Amino acid sequence: MKKTNVIEVENLTKMFGDFTAVNAITFEVKKGEIFGFLGANGAGKTTAMKMLIGISKPTSGKAKVAGFDVFTHAEDIKKNIGYMSQKFALYDDLTVKENITFFGGIYGLSRPKIKEKTIALLEELGLQEVANQLVGSLPLGWKQKISFSVSLLHEPQIVFLDEPTGGVDPITRRQFWEMIYKSANQGTTIFVTTHYMDEAEYCDRVSIMVEGKIEALDTPKKLKDQFKVDSMNEVFLKLARNIE
Amino acid sequence: MKRFLGFIEKEFYHIFRDKRSLFILFGMPIAQILLFGFAITNEINNVEIAILDHSKDATTGEIINKISASKYFSINQFIEQEADIEAAFKKGKIKAVLNFENDFSKNLVKEKQATIQVITDATDPNTANTISNYINSILQNYQLDQNKDIKIVYQIVPQTRMIYNPELKSVFMFVPGVMTIILMLVSAMMTSISITREKELGTMEILLVSPLKPFQVIIGKVVPYIFLSMINAVVIILLSIFIFKMPVQGSLFLLGLESVLFIITSLTLGILISTISATQQTAMMISLMGLMLPVILLSGFIFPISSMPAPLQIISHFIPAKWFIIILKGIMLKGVGISLLWKETLILLAMTLFFIGLSIKKYKIRLE
Repeated sequence: MKKTNVIEVENLTKMFGDFTAVNAITFEVKKGEIFGFLGANGAGKTTAMKMLIGISKPTSGKAKVAGFDVFTHAEDIKKNIGYMSQKFALYDDLTVKENITFFGGIYGLSRPKIKEKTIALLEELGLQEVANQLVGSLPLGWKQKISFSVSLLHEPQIVFLDEPTGGVDPITRRQFWEMIYKSANQGTTIFVTTHYMDEAEYCDRVSIMVEGKIEALDTPKKLKDQFKVDSMNEVFLKLARNIE
Repeated sequence: MKRFLGFIEKEFYHIFRDKRSLFILFGMPIAQILLFGFAITNEINNVEIAILDHSKDATTGEIINKISASKYFSINQFIEQEADIEAAFKKGKIKAVLNFENDFSKNLVKEKQATIQVITDATDPNTANTISNYINSILQNYQLDQNKDIKIVYQIVPQTRMIYNPELKSVFMFVPGVMTIILMLVSAMMTSISITREKELGTMEILLVSPLKPFQVIIGKVVPYIFLSMINAVVIILLSIFIFKMPVQGSLFLLGLESVLFIITSLTLGILISTISATQQTAMMISLMGLMLPVILLSGFIFPISSMPAPLQIISHFIPAKWFIIILKGIMLKGVGISLLWKETLILLAMTLFFIGLSIKKYKIRLE
């Protein structure tokens, strides 16, 4: 079966002065896919992601996200995507409920809709008893799970996750990935950057960026075969070394 | 609009849950106005003086009585000889010594002239000046009283009248200044800190990825502070009317409008500061050094602009607070209306527009 592309990127480039942060990357992501976007620190993945979510203007190239052009329709893209960053997406001095209400509100959900969503979300995460606690008092893992659910509140076509599991224990990471699978199964496209190579194995397809370019792009299995290694970790190391 | 209201609601949560900002918002204005009103003052009251009376006759007795009867002076001690004057000053309690010459009454009658030496402690020059002026005027009064019945060929009697602040209360001078400082501080510093906080925490990124437009984010952050600054302005005016008996001669309505204008000027400055600073600390330092100091030193709040060197006078024109203080003094003390304040109002308005333009230009969505 043929699925539609929700992200199409062609020769997308971003220059900061003379420095090319993102060098003519080309790829597409299909609906409902979990797309891993890997790279070392400074490889340009955050810059690339910022262009896709409409907060950084590309220097050249083409990109369409959720059917909208990043150059001309950045505002339409924003309504159709969710975003969760490695830094905090929630306000520590607001309660869980207030955070949900606030983020639902800025995405234009009606109050009754927000109420309904809040109840469903708290029930799903089993967090009813902390609904009125300040987010600052909750453990990191809980915050990140809530944060992910909040980024899905307005039922976006695509969610961008920027190192969502940084600093979280393995059990919570596992639960987090279960949440990711669940929403992918419901048709949401997941675009995720990560440092953890074991997480790369969970993705449907993975791209690896080195020095602004995409050096590899395929399913984890094919990549391992191609480099004749057993784990994504080794694929990554081999690629990084080849470049040096 | 609904998105926007939700945003403002969230801003109020931030403000009311942070004890520090609550204190700056509501504790400081009251503390400052009381401090400036009661403690920091140019007036003299109950200044302790010493008397060295060489003649000890009827006239000197009368003069001494007259001085000690005034509320400005109280006599701390009587000194017997010149040599003790210095020691009396060094103890630090007394601010002035009156030294009556020998045979004071006799000289007055015989030679129509007698001398009192007034020695003041000029480690604080302003106070020394004020003290010597007050003593002079008491002596002059006494002299006029004595000469009432005598026909003098001619005499020039200056009749001084201090208008707008007849009792020379320094609180009348401080209230407009303190009000200016507080509105500036609350509006500019608090908004710049609250905007940079979102940058620092990374939540600004989330807001920019949302369908909210950047200008909506900024306006949403600023609106709560307009309300809070207005409350502050009202509290300050009420305090000065009811505690310091300061009059508001002009229209309260105009006073309100001008305050809103100045609050907006300060907010745009706050936004400007937030665009150039990456952290809350930087924002606070820039607000304190870049806004507070010029307001205190160059706005005419404490030091009169007309006695500044020319370059500083020119700089003072660029300080919004200077114009607002002129407006406040005009409305509160002189009771003038917009017909005489339109120039200052226009200048503030122009500055506001300029800052808005500059902020928009500077406001790049740069989060790294």
